Amino acid sequence: MSDTGLDISRSGFDASPAVGAGGVGDYLALMKPRVMSLVVFTGFVGLVAAPGAMHPVLALAALICIAVGAGAAGALNMWYDADIDAKMQRTAGRPIPRGRISPDEALTFGAILSVGSVVCMGLLVNWLAAALLALTIGFYLFVYTMWLKRRTPQNIVIGGVAGALPPMIGWAAASGTVSLEGFVLFLIIFLWTPPHFWALALNRARDYERVGVPMLPVVAGADATRRQILIYSVLLAPVGLSPAFIGLGGTLYAITSGLLGALFVALACIVYTRREGKAGERAAQRLFSFSILYLLLLFAVLLIEHAFGGLLAWTA
Amino acid sequence: MIQLTEEQKKRRRSRSIAIAWALVAMAVMFFVVTIVRLGANVVNRPF
Repeated sequence: MSDTGLDISRSGFDASPAVGAGGVGDYLALMKPRVMSLVVFTGFVGLVAAPGAMHPVLALAALICIAVGAGAAGALNMWYDADIDAKMQRTAGRPIPRGRISPDEALTFGAILSVGSVVCMGLLVNWLAAALLALTIGFYLFVYTMWLKRRTPQNIVIGGVAGALPPMIGWAAASGTVSLEGFVLFLIIFLWTPPHFWALALNRARDYERVGVPMLPVVAGADATRRQILIYSVLLAPVGLSPAFIGLGGTLYAITSGLLGALFVALACIVYTRREGKAGERAAQRLFSFSILYLLLLFAVLLIEHAFGGLLAWTA
Repeated sequence: MIQLTEEQKKRRRSRSIAIAWALVAMAVMFFVVTIVRLGANVVNRPF
């Protein structure tokens, strides 16, 4: 899909809070803790699923670096997007629009944590994992937030690279390499991101339209978005199953991902067919909620198989 | 000169404590990782 040609420059965020008004909780909120927890979880699964045993202390250090790096990226995103965050219902309560943290404080906080997390990852774990962490933060800030988000409806498709990298970071931290298995985990999250965010955007199109963010429902319309959701869901289901065919997932994973993938496509079909009124809104909301469960369960099963696989084989 | 309110002073204090804990945690993490990486070699050093 081509660029929309929309010229949405940042209007600048001119609220001027008293410097130093933010408490510890405000800085934690600046790190997008819910996103951070999903990033840490998928990174942890990549770390556990990778070949070779990693010392628990090094694994903990890697996870802390991933968490801090993800939080830093969130803070930098909130710094840059403060102007539109203030106008959107979903984001108006964030620390910068509320006047608890100034944009300059957020920028400084995010920049220090970004550099710190990458350097610590390199020194404590390995430099491949550090490079991937730097790529993740850089991609999220420069490619997604600054470049794509306000210019093209493909923003979350391409920007999804940043959210999909954490399992590869975990994999690289544990094994010192990137491999096909790590790439498959990346691909699952990459294909999961569009239907997840577009299901949310369907019900929030007015919010995005008001602030000039060209999300797909705003630019191409709800029906085109529903079609894209279905296409990506159909692509996601077999890719979600693929770890079972490359030895990354076992029988439990094959059954779980098969059932969840089929359910994902079924819910996407409902979104595609129910287009009007409250039924349409409910269908999109249900797919959005289920998509979170889908990713959590898929990675949880991988975690169980790899963390307890040896134990189960031993007791069998 | 900016005069901070009591509430702002309280938040600044809590921020300072959080930063102190983060720095201590980082120092401990570097120390422990060093021990883990060097293992028994940590005592083998030229005099």
